[in-house]
Amino acid sequence: MSALPQMTTPSIERAEPPKLQVVPPAPASQRRGPRLRAEQLPLALTILLFGVMAAYGSVAYTGFFSAQVFLNLLIDNAFLLIVAVGMTFVILAGGIDLSVGSVIALTTMVEATLVERHGWSATAVIPLVLAMGLVFGTVQGFLIQRFRLQPFIVTLAGMFLARGLCYLISIDSISMADETFGEISQARFSLWEGASLSVGAIIALVVVAVGLFVAHGTAFGRTVYAIGGSEHSALLMGLPVARTTVQVYALSGFCSALAGVVFSFYMLSGYGLHATGLELDTIAAVVIGGTLLSGGVGHVAGTLFGVLTLGIIQTLISFDGTLSSWWTRIVIGALLFVFCLLQRLFEGRRGHAVS
Amino acid sequence: MKRLTSHRLFWPLVTLVLLLAINASFNPGFWQLRWRDGHLYGSIIDILNRAAPLAIVSLGMTLVIATRGIDISVGAVVAISAAVAAWMIGGQLVMQDGAPVYLSRFPMGLALACAMGVALLCGLWNGVLVAGAGIQPIIATLILMVAGRGVAQLVTGGQIITVYYPPFFFLGGGFLFGLPFALFVVAAIWLVLQLALTRTALGLFIQAIGVNPAAARLAGVRQRLITVCVYGFCGLAAGVAGLLLSSNVKSADGNNAGQLMELDAILAVTLGGTLLTGGRFTLAGSVIGALIIQTLTSTIYSIGVPPEVNLVVKAAVVFVVMLLQSPDFRTWLRSIAVRPAARSAA
Repeated sequence: MSALPQMTTPSIERAEPPKLQVVPPAPASQRRGPRLRAEQLPLALTILLFGVMAAYGSVAYTGFFSAQVFLNLLIDNAFLLIVAVGMTFVILAGGIDLSVGSVIALTTMVEATLVERHGWSATAVIPLVLAMGLVFGTVQGFLIQRFRLQPFIVTLAGMFLARGLCYLISIDSISMADETFGEISQARFSLWEGASLSVGAIIALVVVAVGLFVAHGTAFGRTVYAIGGSEHSALLMGLPVARTTVQVYALSGFCSALAGVVFSFYMLSGYGLHATGLELDTIAAVVIGGTLLSGGVGHVAGTLFGVLTLGIIQTLISFDGTLSSWWTRIVIGALLFVFCLLQRLFEGRRGHAVS
Repeated sequence: MKRLTSHRLFWPLVTLVLLLAINASFNPGFWQLRWRDGHLYGSIIDILNRAAPLAIVSLGMTLVIATRGIDISVGAVVAISAAVAAWMIGGQLVMQDGAPVYLSRFPMGLALACAMGVALLCGLWNGVLVAGAGIQPIIATLILMVAGRGVAQLVTGGQIITVYYPPFFFLGGGFLFGLPFALFVVAAIWLVLQLALTRTALGLFIQAIGVNPAAARLAGVRQRLITVCVYGFCGLAAGVAGLLLSSNVKSADGNNAGQLMELDAILAVTLGGTLLTGGRFTLAGSVIGALIIQTLTSTIYSIGVPPEVNLVVKAAVVFVVMLLQSPDFRTWLRSIAVRPAARSAA
């Protein structure tokens, strides 16, 4: 097992130079020498996998190779992408957030009730739900940081709470007939001939861009990486560990609420069962995007490709038509398995290099 | 008195008794047991019967958590086991010599063994990922949690399989000596575990792994083997729970069977006083935890609160319990409680 990475890594480095240049923090990795290249391998593999699946789909199915099919990946997975960017920060800092799916449901529910049953306008409701997500995340972060609770169990309770609150508002689905929401939902920005993006997809792309900047260009981002690498060292370096930990969960809560808003544009309804199990898809996307679950290593850009890979699996299965929808889950599980094993191999390698 | 309150089962039991008392005050007939058709009937029996699958899963989860692990795939394993059993039994009505006879697709014993075998394999797979490949428990079991529902739906063909084979219904709905059969299953598993943990060194080993895995390995405990076995047992327990559940509702639903079971089981284990950080664990506590959760559900139904509140109440309970378990929170509480007192004294 220990001989395997040493044999494979050089050949893959030779084969993949253009792929590796896609990765944003290239200067940092060059400074730290070739060891980090190995950690970028999962991301390179994800991009390769995405390329192979796209190529396969284009060859196997007529009508697959069109700009709109690929833009639909962004449109249909906009909310997943937004949540996954927030989750990337949480996992980079060595934590986990299981409440994201239920916060999305709660957001859609609050929007739908306020707009439909209390006559609020969309411009008043959207800032309110965003603030709500921010507060929800901050409280979770505070509990985790201040009382040294496990992120897993705190966000699990948060998940119960948010879903429960949805059902308290209403058990049934509330459809949204509001004009503003309807218009935003229908709006399409055409990029070129016959290809367009929805508002949600554009918001998602903006979130990715902001996420890239925050992760790699700000003190906050560097602190997140430092905490994930070693919380103790980060503390000794004088970094604001406590504040940053709370902020990371606040960010994730905010992203979830934003994803909820985008989700309500997409579905035009509020429902307590919206986005069930989304937290698992999100974690899968982040892991497939090459972020190490132990924290400290990963890329926001990788998460983009993780989400696109999950999306293209679904697209392939729907284009195929003969495979049932549950194959998506099985394939995602299998991918998760492969990428977890890959991560272990690299962690093992890192361990050997240090000792 | 001090010794009584410091017993680890004291608070879980107080919670349970409190909940039962609330129930009894809202529902005067709560404690009544009636003997009808050779069976005991009553609210208490109902709660015990309904809590049985959760109690079994919680027993498996207790051991996993005791080794510092977690298994979030139990809900999916419940669904897989139920799907396998329901598919293999199926059942149809056939007229033989003028008398209606129910036939199963495979012999029931074989079907049950296969379902439990598949569940055991699921658990062992988790164990190998955790102990063999060294993946974090939550992520290792996440894989099966995601893929498992897909596998269960694959078995059921995306449909709800209904079982028409009365002998199968005995597991989750039958009575033995006037008591629900499921209770005997729980008691048997509990007894076997208790014996294995207290009469052999196994309990000590599991505790040692939970307290410090590296130290346990250096001390000669076969940490990997025991961890794999513990996850295997957890899978098996989830499989048995799946059989009880599907037998009770006479069908298997790949998508919804055992939904949120993993969360309820973790909640039951935590409520029972087992620490999520590993090491200290109690089987009896987890069974009490499962009873608390089921009683809570019944209470919510019986006092007329809409059942939707259930999740919010559970969330509140988890928050309170985990805060009380946190040493940092206790220190903080003490500092608040002591400071005003000190000021008033001065």
